[in-house]
Amino acid sequence: MHEVGIATSILEAGHRETERRPGAKLVGIGVRIGVLSGVDVEALRFAFECITAETDDGQVVLTTEKCPRMNRCEDCGQEFSSAELAPFSDAPCPRCSSTHTSFVSGDQLDIAFIEVEEP
Amino acid sequence: MTVVRVEQKVLNENQRIALDLRRRFAENNVVCLNLISSPGSGKTTLLEQTLAGFGPGEKVAVLTGDLQTENDARRLARYGFPVQQIVTGGVCHLDGKMIERHLEPWSLAEIDLLFIENVGNLVCPSSYDLGEEAKIVLLSVTEGEDKPLKYPSIFLKSSLLILTKVDLLPYVPFDIEAAKTNARQIHPGIEILEVSCTTGQGMDHWRAWLDARRAGVHVGRKM
Repeated sequence: MHEVGIATSILEAGHRETERRPGAKLVGIGVRIGVLSGVDVEALRFAFECITAETDDGQVVLTTEKCPRMNRCEDCGQEFSSAELAPFSDAPCPRCSSTHTSFVSGDQLDIAFIEVEEP
Repeated sequence: MTVVRVEQKVLNENQRIALDLRRRFAENNVVCLNLISSPGSGKTTLLEQTLAGFGPGEKVAVLTGDLQTENDARRLARYGFPVQQIVTGGVCHLDGKMIERHLEPWSLAEIDLLFIENVGNLVCPSSYDLGEEAKIVLLSVTEGEDKPLKYPSIFLKSSLLILTKVDLLPYVPFDIEAAKTNARQIHPGIEILEVSCTTGQGMDHWRAWLDARRAGVHVGRKM
């Protein structure tokens, strides 16, 4: 629902980073989206297309990497993703079956890289 | 073609404002709480009942967000505390800049407890840090007990879940234990309260929760 705002922030950040490199042209942006970020990747891609279409940014390619929820087992220390078991919920440790686990990551909404063409 | 590593948050600018707000709240001993729920879960009613329980000397203030109308601010202003409406004009969440702007007319030294009533929406507000000390998510018993599983982000990021309208439990097929289990599956450490603003059930626990938060700040505990 707020993906247009997020897409706009991504594009602005992409341009901010590009401006640090005189003469460079922004051609791609890579983002990491966690399953718990509250952002829908398909809606974000659609929003990004809408805001860039028929502008100077029409050729900018958005690359998205989905990140699973990562948990840490408090009993044996194993870090594991609960994506295969249930995308959002806390799953038992695959090594020792403990359910005493904590949240590590999965709410990312990060810009990983930009791609630029340089003169 | 050159690939440049960036490694920054998409909402970097909002995060910068939120950190500044959090610093100002800490300096002025303001406990700021961000209330989030679906439309109609009872945020405004809970705030009305909460404000009604405070004496006139309490330094409490409310910022309330909606897409349109000043209706909520009018409802809340009846209790004599400073209230401001944030009309987002279609935006589905509050962001740090809106909070910053609406705090301008107030002196934070005159506020101990600041409630932010977010726009009714379980999705977007979860992405925007407002500098609050805690997010509080409300879920009414007329909704589905599986909402924590459907909208995990906000349940993960909230410190407290308030189950509202519990006086209606005899009349609706809401499994309150399942709702709690679902919330804890997403966020094992989440605190949970059951409240009815109609009968007053659970309001004492809610006030005790607020008192504990406020006491925490005044002995210097800060995040």
